[in-house]
Amino acid sequence: MGLKKFLGKLTGKRKIKIEKGEWIKCEKCKNLVYSEDLIKNLKICPHCGYHFRMTAEERVKSVLDEIKTFDLFPSLKPTDPLKFKDTKRYKDRLKEAKEKTGLNEAMVVSHGKILDSEVVLGVMDFRFMGGSMGSVVGEKFVRGAEFAIKNKIPFIVFTASGGARMQESILSLMQMAKTAIAVGKLNDNKILYITVLTDPTMGGVSASFAFLGDIIIAEPESLIGFAGPRVIEQTIKQQLPEGFQKAEFLLEKGQIDMVVDRKNLKKTLYTLIKQTQG
Amino acid sequence: MENTTVEIDIEQELQKLSSRIEFLREKIKKGEKHRIGELVELRRRFKELAKRKMSSLSAWERVQLARHPKRPHTIDYINNIFTDFVELHGDRKFGDDKAIIAGFAFFEGEPVAVIGHEKGRDTKEKIERNFGMPHPEGYRKAIRVMRLAEKFRRPVFTFIDTPGAFPGIGAEERGQSQAIAESLLVMGELRVPIIATVIGEGGSGGALALGVADRVLMLENSIYSVISPEGCAAILFKSQENAPEAAESLKITAENLKELGVIDEVIKEPLGGAHLQPVKMYRLLKRALRVNLKCLKRFPVEELIQKRQEKFYSMGIYQEK
Ligand SMILES: [Zn+2]
Repeated sequence: MGLKKFLGKLTGKRKIKIEKGEWIKCEKCKNLVYSEDLIKNLKICPHCGYHFRMTAEERVKSVLDEIKTFDLFPSLKPTDPLKFKDTKRYKDRLKEAKEKTGLNEAMVVSHGKILDSEVVLGVMDFRFMGGSMGSVVGEKFVRGAEFAIKNKIPFIVFTASGGARMQESILSLMQMAKTAIAVGKLNDNKILYITVLTDPTMGGVSASFAFLGDIIIAEPESLIGFAGPRVIEQTIKQQLPEGFQKAEFLLEKGQIDMVVDRKNLKKTLYTLIKQTQG
Repeated sequence: MENTTVEIDIEQELQKLSSRIEFLREKIKKGEKHRIGELVELRRRFKELAKRKMSSLSAWERVQLARHPKRPHTIDYINNIFTDFVELHGDRKFGDDKAIIAGFAFFEGEPVAVIGHEKGRDTKEKIERNFGMPHPEGYRKAIRVMRLAEKFRRPVFTFIDTPGAFPGIGAEERGQSQAIAESLLVMGELRVPIIATVIGEGGSGGALALGVADRVLMLENSIYSVISPEGCAAILFKSQENAPEAAESLKITAENLKELGVIDEVIKEPLGGAHLQPVKMYRLLKRALRVNLKCLKRFPVEELIQKRQEKFYSMGIYQEK
């Protein structure tokens, strides 16, 4: 089944966390890059400009000049409400994800500053069960939004997600409604809400808070959409056009505001904050 | 999407019994009065069998019932519960999506808006309606009609019956993520009462796009899920053949969802399922809609919205320590 292969591709071999002192093969140009050089270069391939995926910690550090609190809601933790078991138990999958990432969940909400501008920053980490949205991701988003409203500061969210957390079934689906309602409250309170869609942003995350940003930015070449490309191919029995569901394609179709290179991202965010705030 | 023709055994037995009951009734009408005892006995057996079988339905059997080809659709409920339905078309941006029907109608004399997925009945209609799988235009039409309902202070009834959003090129190009997300946002703050009913298949984001409501009702044999059991089986289990197992794990029945606090009420279906006695089903659903609407109308609009938002805010189960 192609769907499985597709998810395998997203969650499987591709390494996000990069150790020091190793040679990394670029996904795109296949050139070898020394890990230190890659990290120094915001994980952008010096040969071809390919953007490697970032961990939540790397992202927060790359965006915030001053981190006041890295994790605003460290006490929120996932449970296994449905006692879900497929080929593995959900409980075990959670444990593995936690060990692999050092995170409690697929989203971290931080508080800090971009230059002199205070912001709340939500960052998803794809390593944690494919960045899937379960109850905790939904709740963290809501609390992040509330924190932004209370402190009257912008809310910036970096998405990276394969979609819903199937192991939480319908509760996962309901997080779409929950987060959309939270965006409504940001609007009511005139809080700037910017989303930055990174590779990949799919399914339930895409069709809720990701596409409700006042301004929607994407990183180059990110895969962005609702249905996965393999599912579409199987349904319509047709090959997909070149570049389909890539950030540049979405820009052309009018679905996002801009594609911004990681090196210019912080400056772009800061400029947008200055242009809309105060 | 047409894998719903598999009849489940209870179905066959019940159908057999019910046709024999019908046959006997005719005979009795024609004067064979001595066979009344036989009829009473058959009826008793029908009831008993239906009850026994229905009480032990597996999640997968419910999936089959929810997708049953004869199960009443949105159009049937509109025609039998509402009057003077005027269908409105188009999203004013790109086209008219026939997978979603929307318009105004009267509910027991009261003007209301009605929106629902429609799968289509015969092959031609199914294709026209894309088997009830909406494109972005469908959600945008729904949003437009909801806004009209808000403008004219009409309550909104939605009916959910879709395998899910359509996985296609056009749907992605025209931003189905954005369309679904906007529908969630709009429903979350709409200033009129909203009652959603899952009447068949509540498939993922395409279903939820009509499901952010003050009251979410679910017919007894409907399902509501983040992913189809087949899709889940393909990803998390060994293969699509594990769909029955996945259906069980996903907890997608009305009863499960009521327990999880995701829906507000389970509407009883006639014995054996809505398709066996549709007229009775219309009556049962109409009554539930009436009671729920009456209840919602008691709240001032601010309170209504606040309660709706609090309800969805409370969804999700996590630890905090
Ligand atoms: Zn490269």
